[in-house]
This record gives sequence, structure tokens and C-alpha cells, in this order.
Amino acid sequence: MYLSTGCWQPVYMAKALFHTTLFQQLQQELLLLQGLRAPLDTELQDPGLGIINQSFPHRSFPVGAVHEWISSNAEDAAATTGFMAGILGTLMRKGACLWVSRHRNLFPPALNIFGITPDQVLFVQAPDPKQALWAIEEGLKCETLAAVVGEVPELGFTASRRLQLAVEKSRVTGFIHHRTDRVAEHGACVSRWRIKPIASTLPGGMPGVGFPSWNVELCKIRNGRPGSWKVQWTPQGFSVLPEKMTAQERVIKKAG
Amino acid sequence: MRRYLSIWFPALLADRALRLRPELKDTPFIIAASQRGRLMVKAASSLAVHKGIVQGMAVADAKALLPELTLFHYKAGAEEKLLNRLATWCFRFTPVVAADLPDGILLDISGCAHLWGGEPSYRDTIIRNLTASGYQVRAGIADTVGAAWAIARFEATHFIVAPGQQEAALSALPPAALRLEPPVLERLQKLGFAHTGSFITMPATVLRRRFGQQLLTRIGQALGHLPEAPVPLQPAAVFREQLSCTEPVHTRVAIDIALETLLERLCNSLQQAGRGLRSAIFKIDTVDGGSQQIFIGTNRPVRNGGHLLKLFEPKIATIAPGMGIEVFTLEAPAVEALSGRQEALWNTLGGADTGTELAGLLDRIAGRMGDAAIKRYLPAEHYWPERSVVPGGLFEQPGSAWRSNRPRPVYLLSKPEPVIVAAPVPDYPPMLFRYRGKVHKIAKADGPERIEQEWWLEQSQVRDYYVVEDEEGARYWLFRSGHYGAEKPQWFLHGFFA
Repeated sequence: MYLSTGCWQPVYMAKALFHTTLFQQLQQELLLLQGLRAPLDTELQDPGLGIINQSFPHRSFPVGAVHEWISSNAEDAAATTGFMAGILGTLMRKGACLWVSRHRNLFPPALNIFGITPDQVLFVQAPDPKQALWAIEEGLKCETLAAVVGEVPELGFTASRRLQLAVEKSRVTGFIHHRTDRVAEHGACVSRWRIKPIASTLPGGMPGVGFPSWNVELCKIRNGRPGSWKVQWTPQGFSVLPEKMTAQERVIKKAG
Repeated sequence: MRRYLSIWFPALLADRALRLRPELKDTPFIIAASQRGRLMVKAASSLAVHKGIVQGMAVADAKALLPELTLFHYKAGAEEKLLNRLATWCFRFTPVVAADLPDGILLDISGCAHLWGGEPSYRDTIIRNLTASGYQVRAGIADTVGAAWAIARFEATHFIVAPGQQEAALSALPPAALRLEPPVLERLQKLGFAHTGSFITMPATVLRRRFGQQLLTRIGQALGHLPEAPVPLQPAAVFREQLSCTEPVHTRVAIDIALETLLERLCNSLQQAGRGLRSAIFKIDTVDGGSQQIFIGTNRPVRNGGHLLKLFEPKIATIAPGMGIEVFTLEAPAVEALSGRQEALWNTLGGADTGTELAGLLDRIAGRMGDAAIKRYLPAEHYWPERSVVPGGLFEQPGSAWRSNRPRPVYLLSKPEPVIVAAPVPDYPPMLFRYRGKVHKIAKADGPERIEQEWWLEQSQVRDYYVVEDEEGARYWLFRSGHYGAEKPQWFLHGFFA
């Protein structure tokens, strides 16, 4: 009995190992076909998202991809801009950023606390959404830019596909920010995020307004796992707050 | 055999002033320059001259003569600049032009006059054109520079001296026509020489002993025995290429080919001159005599044909060939020096690239949406939030550091929006505020941060800013305009924090 299991187990394990590597290989190939190539070492830039990285394909924030951000009101839009700026701060070590919008109400000095030198951002004010999309696409084709942020009301499937094709070639990261709730569900973007502000806390229960805190919801991520986290921006960078479990959840977890 | 034409502007500066300000037509005015500590008349308008004001008079005397005199200050080097400009204009008549300071232009017209149908009509054309633009002009033609100069200034009737006839033409003119220094002129006058004819034939040794070498040189130059070469003006290099078609064309493909060819040639000549263009005009002339043009501009000197073609591309569609295009012209009206070193400038925006690609992108965006569409912001040393950033140029470096010690919102409303608040005690943050119909209960607040308006720029009320967070976690920037006093101060929402 002992002998037989002893003989059987290595075979099984080898088979399982073979399957895992095969799966991994296939997965890599699929990702490649979808335009999500594994980041090169030189491209590897970790915005410090911590545990959120586990949700991404290749376990790192997808650069050279188009991310979609949705906010329904001005408060959410401000929160989204803050979170986006935190990621941009890391990406922009590589170069400048193009910020395309129709009405600029971003206040450049605020970018400073998110690690961006505000004078490295080039703002483009487009007269209409069509021109804005054109500028975004041209920007995404320009390899010397680190990122392009576009604030457009909507992005059709064809347009999002075009942007995705542009970044696959140039490896520029695109952020498309929709400041409206009415957004088409389909789209070729790699991910879709919703950021909402949540109450901030100061260490030790001090009074006053604390660090910017957000509820970060990753609604969609191609080849990854969507999820939701509470994130805080501290002077050291992002910090993902541990999930506060309700009493019921604690019981369920204990019970296994 | 050379021929020279000398143009004299008897009232160059006054004419120029009149040209710039036509409303001065009926007012006597003078242009005054300070000389040895006092103001002297440098030029006077014809009305002022009529009243007896002449060049070289003290301004105080002129004012005494004519109290209503208008006075302008002379800018050093004004004539030189003006004469150079006029001389450049004269390039259409001859390739060799020189500015003849202080009040003339000299043209070497050898072999040019017949193109205008002979010397009289050549001279008339020049005079007519200059008179039409508001200048009083006299011009003389002769074999030598000196003779032409003398004829233009001192001859009253015959302005064209036939070849070889300088001596006869000059003999009736006063000695001043020989361009002599004042002491020599004075001595000639003392000795009773009223005309050049009375001493020009005298033996050289006699003249040299009494008047010095200068008189002999001037006589020799005027008569053509001694050489005299004016320093000609160098025409500015023109970057312009032309392409004529053997058959009129009207297809897009043909226009593209023509533009490509012209761009290639233009970029080659720019390369040789070490320059890059800042703007370019593509002109077409159609068979029916029409002319159209499209214009592009770049944000830095460029001589990359491919990039320029891209800038032109969206505008080519606006060309209407009509009956067919005969001639294509590509011109670069604005060029700047372009060396390899300039590429490095773009590193101000970070990154290791040479910047050509990014600059190309910005050119394309500017070409489509206008220059004002692209903005970059630099910190300004002001506390007032609206004034704390200024739009900067693409290559400009920030003059001061970005401040990050005070909280600033991600979104700043361009105009603060009034909100209704309930504040418990003066100088305390409000308990709640109503913005766009929604009541926000304030859970946390920081502040106040008092920001005063800079009184030397603008007068308005002081602002007390509070960072507040409502119960839902959204963070706002509120301020109270003014102090609590007789009337209740108004509260405003000015921004949203991340």
C-alpha cells in the first residue's frame, strides 16, 4: 500500500506540475494575444498599490493599457483624480503627461502632494469631444509620454478599441475619466474603476480632516479579479486599509 | 561703365513720423535729440519749417517761435533702421543697394534701368513709389557715387547726367555738393568759390596745398578718377521654393507630391543654413489667376519634412484647385537657428528622449485646436488661490518651488459658488452647508486659513478657508468672505479635495 502510493504520487505530481505550467503558458499566450504583454523589467513601475496588485494580470499595475474611471458627481471626480494622480506620480518618473479635457477645473498645485511636479503636465483644452478623443489618441501614440489622461463624456466601443491598439504599440498608459454615470458597459479598456471618497481618519483619533481616503472599486479587469478596497493616500504613498469585518463576517471566517 | 542712382530724403524722420501718425498732418511738430546736455531740433515737419524752425536749433528757441509745437523724442539709430528697411525694399530695382547715412540710399543700377524702359522712367518709378508711401524724395543718376549724390541734393532741373558728363553737370553746383567737411567748405567760401566749376579744373598741387588731400579725393571720386565702392546691403536669406507644373493639376495626389517635393527642397536649404522654420506658407496659383494659401506654425524650429507634411495634411483639403493649379510655392517667413543642442532643451519636461516626438505631437494639436489649447502651469508667488498658478511657455522653468505645506483642492471652481451655512460661533467652521439643494452635515473640519487679497493688485474681502469633510466622507474647501460684523458674511464653496 505504502509502496504503491509512493510510486503513484510523483507521477501525479509531475502531471499536475505539467498542467500548471501548461496552463500558465497558455494564459501568457492569451494575455499576449489580448495585448497584455508582461511588463519588461525597465517598464516595471509599482505605484505601491500593495494587495490590489494581486488582482491584476502579471501581478502589477497594467502599464501600456487604457483604464477607465467613472465618477458620477464632482466629489467622486475629485476622489478619482486624486487616486489617479497617485498612480501617475509613479508613472511620470518616465516622462511628461498629457491631460486632455474640455473644461479644465483641475488645480495644478494640488498634484504636488500626489508626487507629480505640476509643471510636467501638459493640459490640452479641446473644443469638443471629438477633438478631445483625437488628441487622446494622438497622445497615446506618442511614445515619449508617460501617460495620457482624458476627460471625455463617453467612449464608444470603436473608440476604446482604437485607443487600446494605440497603447499596445506605444506602451503609454491611458486614463479615461468619465464624469457621468451613463457609460456604456462594453468597451475594450483593460479595467474600469469607481472611486468614492470615504471618511478620513487621523492617527490616535485626533480631530480634523485626515489623509485622503477612498473606497476603490475595481469593477472590471481583464484577466484579473475585480474587487473593492479602502485606500488611503499618506505622504509615503498608497496604503490599503485592512478590511473592517462585521461581527457576522468574523463568525463566518472563524467557522471556516 | 557703372551707373549709380542716389536717393535723397530731405525730411526722412518727419515723413516717417507723419506716416506713423497721419493725424499730425495739420500740427507742426519737431523731433528733438539731446546734444551736449540740451535738446536740439533733429528734424522738423514741413509746417514747422515753414514757421522758421530749422534743424540744429535749440528746442527752447523753437518753442519760443511756435508755442503750440508738438515735440517727439528722437530714438538713437532710428534713421539707420529706417534706411535699411527702405534699402531692402529697393532690392526690387537692383541687386546692389546701400544705405547712405544719414538721409539717403544708393543704388548701383548698372544694367538694370532698361528693364523699366530707360533711366527716366526707372527713376520716375522709384520716386513715384516712395512718394506714394509718404516720403519726400529726390533722386539723381550719374556715372559715379559722388556725382549722383550731388545731383540728387543740389541739382534743380536735370537729374540724369549722361555718361561721362560729370564735370559739366557738377560745375554749376555749390562746393557742398562734393561732400566736403565744414572747415574746407568754410575756407572755399571765404575765398569766394561759389561753384565747383571755379576750382575743379585747378592743378592738384595747388588745391592740395590750400585745402588738403580730402578735397582732391572727393573731386576724384565725383569725376570717376578715383574708385569708390559703397558697402552693399546683404539681402536676408529667403527660404522659398517654387514648383511649376507643365500641365495644370487638380488632384489631391498631385498636390501631395508637390508639397512633398517642396518640403524636401526647403528642408535641405534650411539644413545648409543651420536653421529651422517656425512657420510655413504653402501657396498655390490657379490657372484662372486665383491664389490660395495654407499656413502652419510650429512651437520650435523644425526642419523635418515628415513632421511638416503631417502638419499640412489636415489643411490640404481646404484647397480648391478649380480649373487647375499652375504653380506651387512654399515659403518659410519665420526661421530660427536650429542646432542639435536645442533638442536637449526638451528635457525640461523629463524623460530621456530628445523631444522631437513630443514637440511634433504638440504642433499637431496646436495646428488643429489653436495655440491657446495647450497650457502648462508654473507656480506664481501669490497666496490668493486664483493667482497662485500662471500659464507658462513650453520651455520655461518654474521660477519658484511648488508649495505643498497647505492643503489645496484637486478641483478649484473658477468662480466660488455661494453656499448657505449654519455656523455656531464666529470663526468656527460651519455645522452644515447647503450646496445645490443638498444639505451636507460636516463631520470634520480644519481651519481657518486666512488668505488676504494683495491690496496692490486688487481690493476685496479677506477669506477664511476651511477644509471640511461631510458625513459621507466627501471633502470640500469652503471660505467665508469677510469678517463677522454688522452684516452677515457670505460663505462660498471653492473646491473639492481628493
